[in-house]
Parts: sequence; structure tokens; C-alpha cells
Amino acid sequence: MDDILCESRTVNKTLAIINTLDLKYTYPGGTAPSLVDVSLTIGKGDYVILTGPSGCGKTTLCRCLNGLIPHFYSGKLEGEIEVASLMVPEHSIYELARHVGLVFQNPENQLFALSVEKDVAFGLENLGMPREDMRARVDWALQMTGIYDLRERAPHELSGGQQQRVAIACVLAMKPDIMVLDEPTSFLDPLGAQKIFEVIGDLNKKLGITVILVEHRLDLASEYANHVIVMDEGKVVLDGKPLDVFDSESARLIGVGIPKATRLYQALRQGGVHLDRVPVNSQEATLLLQEVLTRDRG
Amino acid sequence: MIEVKDIFFTYPNNVKALKGVSLNIREGDFVAIMGQNGAGKTTLVKHFNGLLKPTKGAVIVNGVDTREESVAKLSRGVGFVFQNPDNQLFCETVEEEVAFALRNFGFEDKIVQKRVEWAINLLGLAKHRQSSPFMLSGGERKRVALASVLAWNPDVVILDEPTIGQDYKQKEKLRQFIVQLNAQGKTVVVVTHDVEFVAECNPRVVLMAQGEIVVDGDAKHVLTNAKLVTKASIVPPQISQIFMGLTDLGLPIDIIDVYEARDILLDFLGGDL
Repeated sequence: MDDILCESRTVNKTLAIINTLDLKYTYPGGTAPSLVDVSLTIGKGDYVILTGPSGCGKTTLCRCLNGLIPHFYSGKLEGEIEVASLMVPEHSIYELARHVGLVFQNPENQLFALSVEKDVAFGLENLGMPREDMRARVDWALQMTGIYDLRERAPHELSGGQQQRVAIACVLAMKPDIMVLDEPTSFLDPLGAQKIFEVIGDLNKKLGITVILVEHRLDLASEYANHVIVMDEGKVVLDGKPLDVFDSESARLIGVGIPKATRLYQALRQGGVHLDRVPVNSQEATLLLQEVLTRDRG
Repeated sequence: MIEVKDIFFTYPNNVKALKGVSLNIREGDFVAIMGQNGAGKTTLVKHFNGLLKPTKGAVIVNGVDTREESVAKLSRGVGFVFQNPDNQLFCETVEEEVAFALRNFGFEDKIVQKRVEWAINLLGLAKHRQSSPFMLSGGERKRVALASVLAWNPDVVILDEPTIGQDYKQKEKLRQFIVQLNAQGKTVVVVTHDVEFVAECNPRVVLMAQGEIVVDGDAKHVLTNAKLVTKASIVPPQISQIFMGLTDLGLPIDIIDVYEARDILLDFLGGDL
């Protein structure tokens, strides 16, 4: 692990919402562990991007956060994991689900009702919430995700981006403390993806929901995050602020898809031109370049 | 190689997915078909190996009208890798999966073995050869699907969203691999949303919206045209976005490559260094 990066990020442990210590997990029948000594602290209200090569253990880690591991997937779990003040192995998926909402890659796997509002209400019905409260909560979740007008439509008739917003509304209606999204935009076109990232960014900023976003397409996602975790072969290899992680040599070597804005910064630095800060998105890069280009021109 | 002549396609539920599309893909072309969800991209490429036949108009592949040939015959020359690998995979091991089509096409055992070996190594699947495809991660399954098509060496390779779930390293490998295939004279058609991937590959880009082709040209020119890309629900590549903000300084706008961008900026600052 990169020491500098770990130091650059100091999370007050009392404000942590997720804590893991030497977490190790092997799937049933697996020959090698899928998670190796994962020790992490995620602060309340963080917007975390979790990334790394395919098969590195990202999805496995997400499954630990809502208790699918060890309650649904057996196998061997060692070490400690605490989520929203609950020790995961000691609490049921049902209990954990009230704190941790999971949004899948493909919304079709998650939606099944005949209307959008029925789908969004489903989790609340399961909690036995009174009808009026449920009505209000569903409307709120539909409004927050910008799909109130679609409430009577059938989910399978909607576009991929709309469906994904329905899936997010379903999870949001449960008012989770933490939202885990596993590559939620990979089936969407870039504008659709950008809208989803905006919705998630809003939920994080306005409602203080802790977001854990598993994502390869960092170009689109990075402007919202304040915390990046990179995994490789089951281990956490980088953990820090976006600009520190993206600009680190190890990120390049592991093959993290560093945003092009950061890559341009690095290419310019090699050519002897230093921008004042490390840009992680195009707006930042444009501003920094405007400064340098106009200044140096005199 | 593939001639699409003013085709229309209407699905049985009356959705008009293609509304008069004409396109000519030449041997050795490298084409990226881009556009929003539901623009008709996948519907269009499914015509290239006869999976779909046009409601009106015609598709001619290697001189043969697709309406007069079986999908089995057409696919020997036109390999199709689906968007969702789960629609394609069904064997018990990765090795069997990759060998399946080869056996179907009647290749000798020895050749099957050689081809399987080649494709598995090429896509970095060697350590998973005995695994069930369903035990693999999403990104890995995608590569199994790719290996199983590349194994029979079709002249045209169609990749529907090949970069979904792939990490940067795999994407880079895929890019090098496509460039290599293309250099060997193969025709490659990629359906994708991934603007950054396209910016790195720099192919011919066909932009679609609502069942029609909006524009057909170089990646460099198409992806830097803010109006056109927005119409197709695409976000310009990051480098292009940066340069769109620098036009006041007299810098060019049609830049999508990091290194080209660096050279231009260093040149601009040249006097001071």
C-alpha cells in the first residue's frame, strides 16, 4: 500500500460508517481468497469510488457490506466488518438492508412490478409501513430521482437510464445510510450515465447518504467523489483523495482508468509545464490551462 | 463487404427501430457505431450476419443478400459478440465454450485445439480454462464470449459494447488487439457508448439517433462536434471538452488524443520554455 496516500487522508474514526479490519474471504469451493486483509475506513457522508481490474474483489467487497456475505454466500469470512454500527456477521441481511441499499449493474435484474411506483413501494410494503407514510415516501423517492412523471409507466417500457433511476428510487425509498452501486451506468449512453451520476451526487450532497460507487469509467464519475479506493487481487492497494490516487504512479501501473484530464496534466508535466493543481475533470483542466496559457503568453 | 441499402426495420411490437439507413462498410474498415440507448445500433448490426432481415431495403454481405442465406453460413464470415455475455455462454468450461463453434463449423480436432489455445491466451483466460464461465466475473465472461468468436477467425468481427465491465488494462489490450486485427485486413465493427475508448482508437464513427444515421466520418471530427454528439446523447471525450474551453486562445477544436493535445499545448507555450 502507498503510505503517502494513506496519510493524506485522515478519517475521524468516530465519524466512520464502515470499518473493516483484516477482512479476508474465500468463496465456497474457491481455491484462493477473493478478499485479502482488507482494512478500510469510510467516513459518514463520503462519496467513494471503488475501482480496480476486473476480478479484483470489488463486487465481493460490496456483498460483504450488506451481509450477502456471509449470510447468503457461505464460504470463509475472517477479520472484522462493521457497517452502520452493526457487526455484519451478527446481523441478518434483513436488518442490514435497512441501512445499506444495493443497486445492480443491470436494472432489469432488479425491477419486476407492473408500474414504477409499485416497484418503488415494494421494499416499504415488506417493512409493513402504513399506507399514507408509504405514499409520501414513494413520491419523495420518485421526485429525488427525477422520475415522478413516470410513476404509472411499466418499468420494462422505459429506457435503460430511466430504469436505472427507478432502481435507485427503490433503494432510496428505504432511506438507507449507505448506497452501494455496482457499475450502475455501464449499460447507459454517456448522457444517461451523466444524469445517473448527478442524481447520485445529489443524494450524497443533499441527504448526506454515504455512496460507494463501483466504477471503471472514472472520466465521468470522478468529479463527484471525495474518496477513491483501488483494489487489485483482493487487496486494497490505494486509498485516498481522487487527485492523489489518480496522479500516483501505482494507479497507472495497476491499470486504473485515470481520467484524461489527469493524464494530460501528467503529459504536460513531462514536457516541463506545471499546472497549479492536479485536475480530475475537464472543467478543472480547462480553467488551469486558461491560466497557464494566458499568463505565459504575457 | 457490407452494403446496407436504405433499410427499415420494425419489430413485431411495432417499434420502428430503423428508418431508412444506408451504409457502406468496406473490407478492412474499422467502424464505431455510436448513439443513445434505443437509437437502433444493435438492431442495425444484427442485420450484418442475418440475425435480423430488413422489413424494407436490403443488406448485401460479400455479394450475398442476407435474406437469401442462413445465419449459420453468414456467421462463418461475420462473427458477432453480444453485449450481454450471458446470452451467449452455456458450456461447462471456458475451454468447451471457445471450442463449441469451431466444432460446429467442422474444424479438425487438432485445429480446434490450436485455435482454442490461441484465443484463450490472447484474452488472458489461461488460468480460467477449466472454470465454468458462470463462476467468472462480468468482465471475464465478456472476454470468454469474445474468445469464442475470434477463435473461428471470421473476416468481419462485430463487437456489441465490448468495453462494458472491462478495466482500463483490458480495454487497452482490446484496443491493441482490434488495431492488430484491423491491420491484418479484418473488418471490425464496434457498437459502443464508450467515447474515451473511441477517442483512443480513432476509427470511422457512425453516429445514430432515433433509427437514423446522423453523421458518418472520422472520430476526430465527429466527436468534437458538440451539437451532433449531444443529439446522439454522447458526451464529447474529455480532451475535446478541455479544448472546447480554449478556443478563445486560438487553439484548434478537433483534438481527442492526449498526446496530440500535449504537443499542441507545448507548442503554444514553446517560446517560454
